[in-house]
Amino acid sequence: MTRKAAALISGGLDSLLAAKAIQQQGIHVEGINFFTGFCVEGHTHAIRKKDKAKPKRNNALWVAEQLGIKLHIIDIVEEYKDVVINPKHGYGANLNPCLDCKIFMVQKAHEWIQKKGFDFLITGEVIGQRPMSQRKETMPIISNESGADDLLLRPLCAKNLPETKAELEGWVSRDELFGFSGRSRKPQMALAKQYGFEDYAQPAGGCCFLTDENYSVKLQDLWANRGEKKYDLDDIMLLKVGRHIRPEKSYKIIIAREEGETRFLSGYKKQFQSIKTINYAGPLALIEGAELNEEQIKLACAIIARFSKGKNADSVELTYSSAGGDPRTIHVKALAAHEVPEDWYLV
Amino acid sequence: MPEDNQYIEVDARRLLCPMPVIRLQDAINEVAIGDLVKITCTDPGVKNDIPAWCNINKHMLLSMQDQEYEIIITVRKENDD
Repeated sequence: MTRKAAALISGGLDSLLAAKAIQQQGIHVEGINFFTGFCVEGHTHAIRKKDKAKPKRNNALWVAEQLGIKLHIIDIVEEYKDVVINPKHGYGANLNPCLDCKIFMVQKAHEWIQKKGFDFLITGEVIGQRPMSQRKETMPIISNESGADDLLLRPLCAKNLPETKAELEGWVSRDELFGFSGRSRKPQMALAKQYGFEDYAQPAGGCCFLTDENYSVKLQDLWANRGEKKYDLDDIMLLKVGRHIRPEKSYKIIIAREEGETRFLSGYKKQFQSIKTINYAGPLALIEGAELNEEQIKLACAIIARFSKGKNADSVELTYSSAGGDPRTIHVKALAAHEVPEDWYLV
Repeated sequence: MPEDNQYIEVDARRLLCPMPVIRLQDAINEVAIGDLVKITCTDPGVKNDIPAWCNINKHMLLSMQDQEYEIIITVRKENDD
């Protein structure tokens, strides 16, 4: 009887190797990839020109292709909010709830294998690899609190951990698993070479925007100015794009930095107030927050004009549109650099 | 389009990776073998991701067309796995 394992596939090297190690033992492996809304993907980067050189691919799909396995991409955006907003184990250096995140994903994967009739679950975790979620003392916490218990096998560091059901039942040989630990990537790179993987996602940089300091500052600002720790998918997508400037508590300006961002933000014009320069080349901007009054519209236009080719002109023509509304023309003189206080910029 | 098969359209414009793939995956789960799903996207990454998804899940990518900033992809469901 062929045993079946579900592998949590992030798209990085560790999950690729963990899945391969179990495939090598004759186990049928399928991948699960969770979409939280905070995932860092090549495509998000590809909105900006500076990241055009990065491959436009979803690394989890690419890993599944390399392994020849099915990949189930699961949208957990709604359920994941509670992990971000109320992490039982707290945040890391930024708003990254890494330990709660791992527990939640293993819990969801455990539910999935029970529903689909799979025998066990694997992850690419390595003891000591990550300062918050991948430590010797967090491994049992993840197994226990997720409910997966001994159905969770970590092939890359299994020899440093108690035996799991897959090993005890003889479904996999412990001798063919690994005892990696620590932050060094050399053992993984050597194993990748052994398996014939030459191209794989580089581990540096993490896979989640919540580990990014600038992103976390913008999310904190969103919560602080709304007066509650809530978000929807559009909120967290827009935090990834543009220059964010908050002149007042009641509204924020999101200014496209280049054509790709302009195109992306233009998709939100029906939901948000928007401002665009007309007689000089310049960015599209969205207003996130309350409907602006006349004075605020003029200030927002003057700020946006500063980022146009008309920043030194006597007058810049722009259009202001309410959400989904018709544009009306506004004329302003662009603010000078020193007239936009530093603390209005959200990094 | 074949008359005896269902044909559904999915709007994935504005969505960034991997949401278009998730929308396609959800649509494929809802239709019968042989049915077609036509998905309209704006994220250029789908040009890699949807073929990859079709490849690993053994569904047939019938066409992929660029129309200005939109990418229109048609996929035929080939299995219920």
